[in-house]
Amino acid sequence: MMTLPPVEVLRPSSVAEAVEALQKHPGSRVLAGGTDIVPNLKYGMYDTQHLVALRGLSKELRYVRLQNDLHLGALCTIDQLAHDETIRRCAPALAEACSQVAGPQLRRMGTLGGNLCLDTRCVYINQSYFWRNALGFCLKKDGTVCHVVAGGQRCVAAASNDTAPVLLALGATIKIVSPRGERELPLRDFYLADGIHNTVLRPDELLTGIRLPKDAFAKRQGFAKLRTRAAIDFPSLNMAVALEIEKGTVKSVSLAVGALAARPALIKGLDDLNGQKADARLAEELARRAHKQCKPLTNIGVDPDWRRDVLPVLVRRMVLRAAATAAAAS
Amino acid sequence: MPGKSATIRLHVNGEEHTLAVPVQRTLLEALRYDLGLTGSKQGCDKGDCGACTVLADGEAILSCITLAADAQDRKITTIEGLASPAGLDPVQRAFADCGALQCGFCQPGMMLSARALLNTCAHPSLAQIKDALSGNLCRCTGYTKIYEAVQVAAGMRGPASRQPVASERAPASDSVAHAVKEIVP
Ligand SMILES: Cc1cc2nc3c(=O)[nH]c(=O)nc-3n(C[C@H](O)[C@H](O)[C@H](O)COP(=O)(O)OP(=O)(O)OC[C@H]3O[C@@H](n4cnc5c(N)ncnc54)[C@H](O)[C@@H]3O)c2cc1C
Ligand code: SF4
Ligand code: FES
Ligand code: FES
Repeated sequence: MMTLPPVEVLRPSSVAEAVEALQKHPGSRVLAGGTDIVPNLKYGMYDTQHLVALRGLSKELRYVRLQNDLHLGALCTIDQLAHDETIRRCAPALAEACSQVAGPQLRRMGTLGGNLCLDTRCVYINQSYFWRNALGFCLKKDGTVCHVVAGGQRCVAAASNDTAPVLLALGATIKIVSPRGERELPLRDFYLADGIHNTVLRPDELLTGIRLPKDAFAKRQGFAKLRTRAAIDFPSLNMAVALEIEKGTVKSVSLAVGALAARPALIKGLDDLNGQKADARLAEELARRAHKQCKPLTNIGVDPDWRRDVLPVLVRRMVLRAAATAAAAS
Repeated sequence: MPGKSATIRLHVNGEEHTLAVPVQRTLLEALRYDLGLTGSKQGCDKGDCGACTVLADGEAILSCITLAADAQDRKITTIEGLASPAGLDPVQRAFADCGALQCGFCQPGMMLSARALLNTCAHPSLAQIKDALSGNLCRCTGYTKIYEAVQVAAGMRGPASRQPVASERAPASDSVAHAVKEIVP
């Protein structure tokens, strides 16, 4: 039995009220679907006194709108995104990633915003207070050492959200609202390499939605995920690719890999591949570069050496699959 | 610090309840400890296992990570509410007929996930059944009979009548090795 610590729950009924509540109560945290924050609160991972519950905003923030670009509200559920016809057409890799998040009950409860803001995960932190106390606390909460990187001064807990690599590869932007107004930010500038707080989101800011530019719809998209069981489990690795192909040649390619460290990684230096033929050699080359840049750690309880070995295999297969699909409808 | 308490109204199995509970009370705790409905199981209490699955407006959700206050505007069905005065739900009947259980701990959640599936899809494929139940762990049965039970509940087949597994008869234990020596004090 794991009870929640005492908290106060605020229930705003608009985005404006929500950010006001966040500003008024320093240290407060957002509760969307609760599938990540509730277990973490039970583990004693936060000293939060106030939760700002977003249930009352579902009318405002649960939209899927195709207006030139694709606009998705932060409170769309993962299950909704997995089944939505427009998303399956414009962003099939996003629908695929969502269908592989957790299990069916969790997909119905969990939201897009919660997924993008998911707290980083580590075998040494997602444990009861008793467990963590017995081993010795770590940097992320209550301690001074890291159990993953000996002598490490920075938490490297893993970004474990399945929508992040897809939306990074597809070039999505996010909308953020605070009492100071609204700002839009490329998702690639959202994540930080700090496992304690791995986004640039300030305490009084709310992620209200994302925008997927329409040029993404015409890209060949792919998603792949490694996990121990085919359901429920968080990713041991996840990845996504977006390929722009014209007459059999690559116009642009982006590849993102998650479940490594705190920041989902966009594989760097792929521009020289533009102009190459979109064939098996390209898949092999992307796999090679991803293998070189990605170093799985012991923050996830699945053998890092094995994860490193299968990573290029998954990349190669995913790229081949994506290249073979017809470009999504624009 | 005991924290604040709140008055909430829950609609469970067709009955309205008004409860005074701590603000951070989960739906599972309210069901089990305030309403005495212990059919919903407290397995992991952190969203992993599905033993606490209940229906909220017909949708399977996890009650251990849902705040009780967030369930107020939804009609909750627990395993206690699955049977009607007319008798067991076909899902319950089928699980019993198929022997789709061993220790039984996963069953309330399993049956509610199955009910939610059949409400939206009367004749699911095996793949759909597996997917719908993939958030419910069973540590005993190996799932085969559970999937079978869902098909039986959907009226797609009858319970399998299995022949006992034919195996070589093991030699009677007193004919081999360890003839017990009489211990003489
Ligand atoms: C057993 C289990 C397995 C899981 N498996 C997976 C998996 O395979 N893949 C995966 O990606 N996820 C997985 N999850 C995590 C989770 O279910 C999903 O990521 C879900 O989408 C989180 O959304 P939520 O609305 O429930 O988030 P919440 O728990 O409500 O919030 C998560 C975090 O984001 C913050 N937040 C939420 N919404 C906003 C917002 N709009 N603006 C600013 N901050 C916000 C919260 O304060 C909190 O810190 C799993 C969870 C469990 C319990
Ligand atoms: S990576 Fe290190 S500091 Fe971060 S949660 Fe894991 S053990 Fe703690
Ligand atoms: S008790 Fe709720 S999922 Fe295990
Ligand atoms: S019957 Fe024992 S867990 Fe399923």
